[in-house]
Amino acid sequence: MITSTLHATLPSDLQDERLQNRLGLRGIIPGFLDKVRGGDLGALPVVAGLAIIWTVLQILNRGFLSSANLVNLLMESAAVGVIALGIVCVLLVAQIDLSIGSVSGLSSAVLGIAFVTNGWNIWLAVLLAVLSGAAIGWLYGQIFNRFGVPAFVITLAGLLSFLGLQLFVLKGQGTINLPFESPLVYFAQLAFVPAWLSYVMVVAATGSLFLVGYSRARERRAADLSAQATSVIAVQSIALLVGLGFAVWYLNQARGIGWMFVFFVALVLLMHYMLTRTKWGRSVYAVGGNVEAARRAGINVHWIYTSVFMACSTLAAVGGILAASRLAAASQSSGTGDVNLNAIAAAVIGGTSLFGGRGTAFAALLGILVIQSISSGLTLLNLDSSFRFIVTGIVLLLAVTLDSVTRRSRTSHGRA
Amino acid sequence: MSTSSPAPQAVTTRLLSLRNVNKSFGAVAALTDINLDVAAGEVVAIVGDNGAGKSTLVKVLSGVHLPDSGTITFESNPVSIPDPTAALHLGIATVFQDLALCDNLNVIDNLFLGRELRPGRLNEAAMETRSWELLRQLSAKIPSVRIPVASLSGGQRQTVAIARSLLGNPKVIILDEPTAALGVAQTAEVLNLVERLRERGLGVIMISHNMADVRAVADRVVVLRLGRNNGDFVVGEVSPEEIIAAITGATDNAVTRRTAQIDLRSASADKGVTRS
Ligand SMILES: Nc1ncnc2c1ncn2[C@@H]1O[C@H](COP(=O)(O)OP(=O)(O)OP(=O)(O)O)[C@@H](O)[C@H]1O
Ligand SMILES: [Mg+2]
Repeated sequence: MITSTLHATLPSDLQDERLQNRLGLRGIIPGFLDKVRGGDLGALPVVAGLAIIWTVLQILNRGFLSSANLVNLLMESAAVGVIALGIVCVLLVAQIDLSIGSVSGLSSAVLGIAFVTNGWNIWLAVLLAVLSGAAIGWLYGQIFNRFGVPAFVITLAGLLSFLGLQLFVLKGQGTINLPFESPLVYFAQLAFVPAWLSYVMVVAATGSLFLVGYSRARERRAADLSAQATSVIAVQSIALLVGLGFAVWYLNQARGIGWMFVFFVALVLLMHYMLTRTKWGRSVYAVGGNVEAARRAGINVHWIYTSVFMACSTLAAVGGILAASRLAAASQSSGTGDVNLNAIAAAVIGGTSLFGGRGTAFAALLGILVIQSISSGLTLLNLDSSFRFIVTGIVLLLAVTLDSVTRRSRTSHGRA
Repeated sequence: MSTSSPAPQAVTTRLLSLRNVNKSFGAVAALTDINLDVAAGEVVAIVGDNGAGKSTLVKVLSGVHLPDSGTITFESNPVSIPDPTAALHLGIATVFQDLALCDNLNVIDNLFLGRELRPGRLNEAAMETRSWELLRQLSAKIPSVRIPVASLSGGQRQTVAIARSLLGNPKVIILDEPTAALGVAQTAEVLNLVERLRERGLGVIMISHNMADVRAVADRVVVLRLGRNNGDFVVGEVSPEEIIAAITGATDNAVTRRTAQIDLRSASADKGVTRS
């Protein structure tokens, strides 16, 4: 009797009697715990890690969580964060791109030479730099698909060759300074969102989250499927409104939010949409999960690899432009040093699996915040880069260990 | 079951035919001069020992492997099937023996992989509704379609793979050991499904080691042995012993010897019963 009434009221996808009810506000916490126990940690580890790092650094230095420092931290995150976003894509198809640093450096060199040395229109120069990134990714895709050379080797060769090319084209000039009045430098150093507009953006963001959630739930209910209760969506949106609102208010105590960071977040959101709501995104996850199954399902696996390599090196080129704009210079050392390592570490620390098929665009955002926090905190403590490398290395190791452990736990809970 | 498979009619409505198809992997000749015909509305069972080349034949038809030589004719046109997309375009859908599912994706994503509804902004509600329809049609016992397929049992995974082949209105469906992991009810459901597909005029190629299933639904039985054709029987006109003889290549084989032994044993057991 009880089951029959249940069946009458339950939506068509929840009628299996083995399913526990996780609907509505009361289902949020048990549902979350189910996932965590099954090894589906999502963003939990990186958020917890970020909280710990911030607490420790704040205890060590009172200035760390000041508005001014956080404003700076976000601005510093954007360039490498954009590069890390591309790395998330290649990791999703279980490949790697080691040449992102060199590609970003080459892109800033192209920008400098076209815009400053040759006096091109600035946007034309930007376009050329971005296209050179895309072309490199296309080349990687061709070599990968035609000859089956491992991406590790192709991009290692790319790392060396494009670094060489960057040094070659900048030979004799060494450093090209971008003029301070150029819109790029303004964008990367001085362009901040006015306070009122930042609040409008917060309201717009939470409002659209609510609307998207609500319309999806309505679509599902119309199809007689289970859907999130409006109360849950409302609570989530309000929590986001309060959280974002507070963050923005706090940042506005100093200079506020830089447009460059807004640009980075916009790219993350766009990538998130592409990965979760388009056929291309599904194919990316499928290729990362089981290439042969993807191929037999009629997915153009070669095109997926090529497009992912192109997305990665294009984003690396964009990151290079942002970095050059922030420094107001393109030099032989642009994109060298720890850019490569930080971008890859950010994607992994953010929760992208090295084994492919698992991770989200937000990994780039969260991961780069961790890395940049460590860097900024240790700089405040007057510790040099040696400590930064050590700490970042340990955090990276922790993240990868967690990935491997949860992978095992997922296998035993059937969520591989 | 349906014993009447009028061969002349099959010739007129022939959907798919293979002539002299060869495929070797290095030194191993997996398929040698294979011929096969499938008519619309016909269920052809392919049987053979382990390693006889059944799955290789399936993979040639589904574009996973290119044949070394031979011709494939589909709806009276000579075709080549260079990749899985080509097979899907022709209307050949396959359930592979190894299922070919993506463990990290959920049931809906796997069902619609490669043919998602509304590619630019996925229509998840419609895909989920359609998934439930398909799965209920197969009496699938799957608690939720939004869990990764890694968490499904072997039989549930097989059901998902079968359901996937039904999407997109194929003309020929190839099932490589579809009932190997299925429970009693699900096996019956798959056999019913095969009969429904035949009624709808599809060609069905079914590979199975289960003689009872083969005799229940197939119109014709094609036997492969060591990569060669070794018999083509109309189900109603052949005894299981003949099929087994064709599979193993001899009338005196492990199966007949074993049956003889069992007969002997049960005979002596009967004697024991009468004595007491
Ligand atoms: N990818 C491959 N590379 C090399 N050899 C292969 C490959 N696939 C199949 N073979 C060989 O081809 C022969 C036929 O294999 P196939 O998988 O077609 O057998 P089968 O009839 O499906 O057997 P089973 O009943 O065990 O599924 C075997 O000898 C096998 O070793
Ligand atoms: Mg086989």
